[in-house]
Amino acid sequence: MTTRINPALIGFTALVYVFLIGPLVIIFGAAISDTSYLTFPPQGLTLHWFENIWAISAFRRTIITSLQIAFLATTIALIIGIPAAYALNRYRVQLPGWLSTLFVLPILVPEIVMGFSLLRSVNVDSGVPIFFTLLIGHTLLVLPYVIRVISAALSSFDFSIEEAAISLGSRPAKTFFTIVLPNVRSGVIAAFILAFITSINDVSVSLFLTGPGISTLPIQILAHVEQFFDPTIASVSVLLMVLTVIVMIIVERTLGLTAVANTK
Amino acid sequence: MTLPLSINNITAHYGTTKVLEDLSLDIGEGELVSLLGASGCGKTTTLRLIAGFLQPTSGTIRLGDKDLTKLPAHARDIGLVFQNYALFPHLSVRDNVAFGLKQRGIAAAERNKRANAFLERVGLDHLADRLPAALSGGQKQRVALARALVIEPPLLMFDEPLSNLDAKLRVDMRVEIRKLQRANGTTSVYVTHDQEEAFSISDRVAIMNEGRIMQLDTPETLYQRPANAFVARFVGFENLIPMTVTARDGETVTASLSDGSTLKFSQDRFGAIDDKFVLATRADGLSVSSDPGAEGIAAKLGLRTYLGRAYQYECETVAGKLIANGALSNPLEPGATAKLVPVADQCTILKPE
Repeated sequence: MTTRINPALIGFTALVYVFLIGPLVIIFGAAISDTSYLTFPPQGLTLHWFENIWAISAFRRTIITSLQIAFLATTIALIIGIPAAYALNRYRVQLPGWLSTLFVLPILVPEIVMGFSLLRSVNVDSGVPIFFTLLIGHTLLVLPYVIRVISAALSSFDFSIEEAAISLGSRPAKTFFTIVLPNVRSGVIAAFILAFITSINDVSVSLFLTGPGISTLPIQILAHVEQFFDPTIASVSVLLMVLTVIVMIIVERTLGLTAVANTK
Repeated sequence: MTLPLSINNITAHYGTTKVLEDLSLDIGEGELVSLLGASGCGKTTTLRLIAGFLQPTSGTIRLGDKDLTKLPAHARDIGLVFQNYALFPHLSVRDNVAFGLKQRGIAAAERNKRANAFLERVGLDHLADRLPAALSGGQKQRVALARALVIEPPLLMFDEPLSNLDAKLRVDMRVEIRKLQRANGTTSVYVTHDQEEAFSISDRVAIMNEGRIMQLDTPETLYQRPANAFVARFVGFENLIPMTVTARDGETVTASLSDGSTLKFSQDRFGAIDDKFVLATRADGLSVSSDPGAEGIAAKLGLRTYLGRAYQYECETVAGKLIANGALSNPLEPGATAKLVPVADQCTILKPE
């Protein structure tokens, strides 16, 4: 028996895909167009605009800054977030219910509000260098995601395993590293990737916290668009897209995308 | 090496709720004692206090001459077997078993040798390189058993170890646990809610309720001579009948029910009988007799059920609803009147509540 699929449904699905993927195709086309302005369909073929990214020092600097901030902020968030998620799950019965909600609350606060309050409290009032303000901002931005994802991994962790290890003579601190952590490894990797991508793509928080000489890639893209309209923007976008796709492929291969998506 | 365990006047709280009250328990060297009771009776709390996962409010726990309450959980040297096996999912079966030896600083070659030897004892040496996920429930519990035994602990504790297994396997495993425990002669604490399981493998059983031990005795004594109404009901004494002594004649005591009908009891059999007491029996201990002249409790019969070896009747009496058995040769109809005659060696006498 074969199932007949309504042709209208196929058409509708195709339209949705065109709607979703269309802009990406246009950006990709624009990035390889041999013209000095953004255009689609591409006229001529060149990789010049990709070389141009590196040639423009502002892009070069902000790519490095973005990677540094994303890597450091994610690492710090993991160092804080893993023990926090552990405590929230290990002592779930003893702790009040609202506590774990509290840790996820920053996700609900508009990022622009967070950026502004950090600007007021950290950057202006305490005179912390811009790089560190950005780092603090991004750490706070990604911390709730880290706690959320690792909590999800720990929620299915059977803590009697930890007790078994302790009863066999393993100290509690050592047990955390030899027994607990290896069993939530996939959650830690997922949290790292999610936090890294969130930080790399962030505009709202960074908008307030960047300053003279230091900026992140998304902010630089905005700044560039205000002055120029050449295909470099398109090629930077393609670069970001390719980076994200590569990360997603790695996640899919190692953990499965659905597993990560379910934790968000 | 095996040591006696001595729990002295332990009181424990969860927050402000008292979960154990002045509990004392001595377990001899090599003895297996079960803590038996419904959930919330304090049996698991007791086990966790001994293991060091909980701290008592007051009291001491001694293993040999060591005061356990002064030691952290990882230094107590107790073999634990959990209900849900609690195997390390990321380690092979062999590494699971060798884990405790590794913590004791034993070299890899030696600990693998010892782990293999214990896996052989539980019949799983051929699965040593598998991960726990590849094992069945029974195999997992065998690995957990080997893991707890290989460190040669002076005390073994089991927390509902068979609850997750199916009925047939439960019986096999409890025999296996008892054999291994006997062979090693290790002092053991066994927590369970399953009466048959506790009675079948224990030297003594502590029946617990609301944070206290109601009776600690051999399974035989508990089953035949419960010390109080709670234990009597727990071990299946359906009929608890309050009686009052009306006459004493040497060793024979006459006692009456609330309707004035009397029964005779021998103090030779039941020991000294107080003026007020409770006659406790299972259905087996009350025999349904259609002879109106029999000395027994007047009853109106209700529903009759067939047990194979006897008929069982629900009976209305002055002492409330009682359950009694009657002979297969003489089935009686609902509504009939009969006498329920106590069978002396199936009865016991309790203090009133």
